[in-house]
Amino acid sequence: MSDTKMDTQLPKSEKKPESQAVEPTGDIVIDVDDVSFAYDGKKEVIRNVSMGIRCNEVTAFIGPSGCGKTTLLRCLNRMNDLIPTAAITNGEIRILDTNIYDPAVDVIELRKHVGMVFQKYNPFPKSIYENVAYGLRIQGVRNKATLDQAVEESLIAAGLWSEVKDRLDASGLGLSGGQQQRLCIARTIAVQPKIILMDEPCSALDPISTTKIEDLITQLKTHFTIVIVTHNMQQATRVSDKTAFFYLGELIEIDETTKVFSNPSKKQTEDYISGRFG
Amino acid sequence: MHDLNTKTAPLNNPFATTRHKAKRTEFLFAQGLRLSTYFVLACAFYIFGDICIKGAPVVFQADFPFINTDFFTKSPETLVVYETVDGEQHQLGFKEFTAFKEANPEVQIVKEHTHSYSAGGILGPLVGTALLTLICIVVALFVGLAAAVYLNEYSGKGRFMDTVRLAILNLAGVPSIVFGLFGLGLFCLFFPVIVSEDQVRTKLAFQLFGSNEYLAFQGWGTSMLAGGLTLAVMILPVIITACEESLKAIPQGFREASLALGATKWQSIRTAVLPYAFPGMLTASILGITRVAGETAPIMFTAALAHKDKLPWQDLGGGNVIFKFLSQSVQAMPYHIYTVAARIPQSEYTKPMQYGSVFVFMVLVMILAALSVYLRIHYRSKLKW
Repeated sequence: MSDTKMDTQLPKSEKKPESQAVEPTGDIVIDVDDVSFAYDGKKEVIRNVSMGIRCNEVTAFIGPSGCGKTTLLRCLNRMNDLIPTAAITNGEIRILDTNIYDPAVDVIELRKHVGMVFQKYNPFPKSIYENVAYGLRIQGVRNKATLDQAVEESLIAAGLWSEVKDRLDASGLGLSGGQQQRLCIARTIAVQPKIILMDEPCSALDPISTTKIEDLITQLKTHFTIVIVTHNMQQATRVSDKTAFFYLGELIEIDETTKVFSNPSKKQTEDYISGRFG
Repeated sequence: MHDLNTKTAPLNNPFATTRHKAKRTEFLFAQGLRLSTYFVLACAFYIFGDICIKGAPVVFQADFPFINTDFFTKSPETLVVYETVDGEQHQLGFKEFTAFKEANPEVQIVKEHTHSYSAGGILGPLVGTALLTLICIVVALFVGLAAAVYLNEYSGKGRFMDTVRLAILNLAGVPSIVFGLFGLGLFCLFFPVIVSEDQVRTKLAFQLFGSNEYLAFQGWGTSMLAGGLTLAVMILPVIITACEESLKAIPQGFREASLALGATKWQSIRTAVLPYAFPGMLTASILGITRVAGETAPIMFTAALAHKDKLPWQDLGGGNVIFKFLSQSVQAMPYHIYTVAARIPQSEYTKPMQYGSVFVFMVLVMILAALSVYLRIHYRSKLKW
């Protein structure tokens, strides 16, 4: 995969006065505090999870199916709001020191800061250009030059520019699966979030595309805080700095990835990573 | 090797037929099902064939321009069949006949028969039906789309929403004549109009401030608008269901991706859902139109007129032209067909008008249906995800 070398250049940061306080690397940007969550108001699928996710790190959520890792991820940008009865039943999640479930928090503004990449790549049936420009357009950006620049920089940052620069007007659906997923990442980057949530971004991709995305994640972490849910434990070891292991809705352990995989402190973690269940 | 047809099958044949009755039943049922299926085909062929054979000659002709243009450019007229002294029989439309008599007073006419609706063409009914369906589809698409978006994207679940859905289903089951009466009662007899004092016909009238005009709840009368709205109410359940199906076919990923980029709900619907659902809505709506264009009952009290000399846009006079245009009755194809088929004395002279009208109407509806199928295929191949 010699062509996976990518220029990681970031969209020029625009003036965002209210959130200009840049968090130094290593500070906790997402503070999950004793959170429980239920889809129906009764049966908790996450129970009393507490963790801190640090700035400019890649944190991987691993665990068997149904352990609540995706649910927790979707709590972080309140995508679970789409389900009417779903709600946090205990604790709070603070992002940039703000409780995101506070009534004063505008979920639209939250999602501009906390972007998301989905399991099934889902570009719109629009041109490549329009896909990347989408987030800015809905924010009301009309200036062609601004859009052009943002699209180019986002595509460069997502390592897709060299592949698509000659066909920006072609449909995003004409790209290969891996390219479509990187297009989705470019689309997310274009609105300049602080945090990018990735929900099994490689599960629908072939190994070569997976490698490209993984390299991309490693490069992106210099500018973004990334939380990635993955089923693939090798992927967690390859891309993440911290790994959180979930089991049956509880956080069993979170630590340096190298430590979790070489010397886990809990027996359940050890059983899972050694393939004894899950 | 044994011959399967021999009656003297070997005794050791393990597959010898034993259950004759079961086999007979099997045969009867298979053929019965086959015949029932062919019956559908026979009906369709008979209807289409009969109409085409008797209707096509009215519309097409052997010499240039191969289409009987009079049939499409004139409105229905009374046919006068007369005989001159020399025993020759002539046919003329009533207007032409009157003009002919005035121009040639010397011609002695021996016998004279009139056959109503048997001359002229179907321009009036065609125009009327086009206008009615246009009003219908504009209103129905607007309201239906709004309802479908609300039901599919905004409304939660619950007993109230179940009731709403049940109401929509029930609306689809209401007989068309009931819609006609509903339209008559609501649009023709009740809806408010602004009129001057001497035109007020109801006690439910309120003087408008600072003018001598009244807001009177006396209805719009039989009018194009009332008919179009009645048809719209009738087609609403079909449109709502079709729009909702189209919305459901849009992947949830589009909505989530849009929301995750910081879009509001309406932004995500407008930019990431509706554009891709619209083709499906359109094709389903065109199919709905073909159904509504053929309805007689909803328009017979609310909009349709058996005969009218003028086309809707002729002789509107001055004043509020749009209001005058919309508040007049129109001829319409289904009602015209009903009139010529059942409400006039029949003779061999009425046949061409009857079959010609039905033929043209049927072909129009088929073209619309084909268009809808074409559009669906076209957009399917274009919008794939």
